[in-house]
Amino acid sequence: MMLSMEGVHAHYGHIHALRGIDVAVQVGEIVTLIGANGAGKSTLMMSLFGSPKASAGRIVFDGEDITRLGTHEIARRGIALVPEGRRIFARMTVLENLQMGAVHADPANYDADIARVYAMFPILQEREAQRAGTLSGGEQQMLAIGRALMSRPKLLLLDEPSLGLAPIYIRRIFQIVRELNRDHGMTILLVEQNANQALRVAHRGYVLQHGEITLAGSGAELLASPEVRAAYLEGGHG
Amino acid sequence: MSAVVFAHHQLTPTERLRDAGWIAFVALILGIPLIGLTTVDVGGRLAVDTRFGLLAMAVVAAFGGRLVLRWAVDHLKGRKLARQRAAAGNAGGRAQQVVNVLGWLALGASVALPIVFSDNRYVVDTATTVLIYVMLGWGLNVVVGLAGLLDLGYVAFYAVGAYSYALLSTQYGWSFWEALPVSGALAAGFGILLGYPILRLRGDYLAIVTLGFGEIIRVILVNWTEFSGGPNGISSIPRPSFFGLEFTRRPAEGSDSFASFFGLEFSAMHRLIFLYYLILVLALLTHVFVSRLRKLPVGRAWEALREDEIACKAMGMNTTNIKLSAFAIGAMLGGFAGVFFAARQGFISPESFTFTESAIILAIVVLGGMGSQMGVVLAATLLVLIPEFGRNFAEYRMLLFGMAMVLIMVWRPGGLLAHREPTLRLSADGKAARGGA
Repeated sequence: MMLSMEGVHAHYGHIHALRGIDVAVQVGEIVTLIGANGAGKSTLMMSLFGSPKASAGRIVFDGEDITRLGTHEIARRGIALVPEGRRIFARMTVLENLQMGAVHADPANYDADIARVYAMFPILQEREAQRAGTLSGGEQQMLAIGRALMSRPKLLLLDEPSLGLAPIYIRRIFQIVRELNRDHGMTILLVEQNANQALRVAHRGYVLQHGEITLAGSGAELLASPEVRAAYLEGGHG
Repeated sequence: MSAVVFAHHQLTPTERLRDAGWIAFVALILGIPLIGLTTVDVGGRLAVDTRFGLLAMAVVAAFGGRLVLRWAVDHLKGRKLARQRAAAGNAGGRAQQVVNVLGWLALGASVALPIVFSDNRYVVDTATTVLIYVMLGWGLNVVVGLAGLLDLGYVAFYAVGAYSYALLSTQYGWSFWEALPVSGALAAGFGILLGYPILRLRGDYLAIVTLGFGEIIRVILVNWTEFSGGPNGISSIPRPSFFGLEFTRRPAEGSDSFASFFGLEFSAMHRLIFLYYLILVLALLTHVFVSRLRKLPVGRAWEALREDEIACKAMGMNTTNIKLSAFAIGAMLGGFAGVFFAARQGFISPESFTFTESAIILAIVVLGGMGSQMGVVLAATLLVLIPEFGRNFAEYRMLLFGMAMVLIMVWRPGGLLAHREPTLRLSADGKAARGGA
C-alpha cells in the first residue's frame, strides 16, 4: 500500500470541506479523483500535504503516519505535487525551476534526473535558459511535472493538469501520465475535471461529491456507470 | 469614434490624419460655446461676440497635438514591445555584460573619487551618504527583492545597529570593530523577532505589520529616556580608528595619531576619506556576501519563495526557515549600516530613523529593479543626488524628488535594471550543470 486515507476530515475555517474520506493508492497504480467544482478535490490533495491538516482520521504513506507532519516534511518523504495552476517560479529560468525540484534530492542523481526530464520533455531543454514565465501554458505544465519528477518521488500528485490547456496539450498530458506509469512505474494520484480522459488512463477512480466519496471502482466501471455519465460525462466535459 | 481612439495596430498616415481630424472636430464642437462665443458688455447690456480666429487656432492646436501625442504613444509602445520580446528570448546575456562593465566602472570611480576630490569635503560626504544607502538597499534587497517580503519597517534594524554601537561604545567603551559584529548580530536577532509573528502574512498585511514594527522601535527610542537618551539622542559617539590610530590633531600622551604616524600634516579630511573607504569596503563585502548567497541553495530558495510559496512547500522547502533567514540576514546588513552611520555622525537621535527613511530605502530597491544589485547602486545614487542638486530649488526639492520617482516608474516599470541574472551555472549541489541530455 502506497497511500491510504482513513476517515479523513478537513476544514477550511468553518467550512467542513472533507467529511470522512477513505482513499487508497497501491504501488504502481494510477488513481483518479473526479468531481465537480467545489467537491473538495483540491482540498483532499492539499490535506494529504498537511495544508490544511486533517482534523480527524489518519493518512498513512509508505507505512508511516504522516497526518501530523508539516507540508515540507511530507514532501521530503517522497510525495511530489504538481499543483493546480502549475505554480512554476515565473521569473526564474526553466533550468532553475528544475533545480528547485531537486533541492532535497540526492545530488548524485541530479545529472541522470535532468537528462530523464529533458528526454521526456525536449522543449524544456530547448528553453532551459529562458524565463519560465515566458513559456506557454502547456509548456509550463510540462515544466511543473518535470520539476516534480526531479525529486524522484514515490508518489506523484497531479492537481488538474489539463486545466486551461489547448486540446493538443491535454492529449499530451494524459499521454505523459500513462507513460510515467507504464515506463517508469510511477504511482500517480490524478485529480481532474476532465472525467472522461482521466478515467480512461486510470486503473481506479473515486467520485467526490460535497466532501464525500460517493462512488469508487475501476476506471472502466466508472466510465460505464450511469451516475458518472449523467453527472460528469454528458454535461459537456467529455 | 472609439474604434479610432483605441486602435491597436500600427496606424497608417491616413488613419493618423483621420484620428487627428476627429479630435479637431470634437475640439471645434466643444470650442464653439467655450471659445468661439463670448459675451461682452456693450453699454450696460450683454451682447454676444464671436472669436473665430482664436477658435481656429485652438482647433489647429488640437489637431497637431493629437498627431504628436499619438505618434509618441505608438513609438513608446513599440519600444516596450521590442524590449519585452528581447527579454523573452535569451538576450539577457548582453544586458548582463553591460551591467558588469558598468559595475566595474562604478567601482573604479568610487575608489578614485576621494583621491580626485581630496579637498572637497562636500563631495566626499555626499558620496559616503550614497554608499550608506547602497548598503541599506542591498540589505533590504535580500528581504524585498529576493525573498519578496515587503518590509516597510527596515529602518528599525538600521536603528538597532546604530543604537547598539552608540550604547556599547559610550557606556562600555567598546571600539568600532568590536561593536560591529555584535550590533549586526543584535539586529539579526531583531529580524528574527519581527519574522516570527509575521510568518503567515504576505503582501499588504505583512507591510502593515512591518510598518508598525518600525514605529515601535522608534517610539521606544523616543520614550525610554534613561536607555536611549530619548529625543536628545546619544552624542559624542567615538569615531572608528585606523588600526588603533585616532584621527585627532593632538594625540594623547605617548600615542600616535593617524597624521603623526604617517608623518602627514593633520587634516580633517583624513577622517572623512577614511570613513568613505570604510563604508566602501563594508558595502563591497555586503555585495559579495549577497551575490554569493544568491547562488547558494538558500538564495535560490528566497527567490523561489518570492515566486510561489505553495510550490516551495511542495518541493519540500521549509518556508519558515527561509523567511526567517531572509529577515535575519537583511536585518544584519541594515545593522552594520547603522553602526557605520552612528560612528560617522558621532550623534544619533530617533529623528534619523523615521518612516521616511524606510520609504526611501524601499524606493531604492524598487526603483533599482527588485533583486538587482547594480540597480540598487543606480537608484541610491539618484535618490541621494537629486535632492542634493535640488538644493538650489529650496522648498521645491522634494517636489523634484517625487517627480523623478514617478518618471522612473513610468519609463521603467520594472525598475532601472529589471533584468535578472540567472544563477544558471550552479546546480543544487554546487557543481556545474550541463545542458546535454
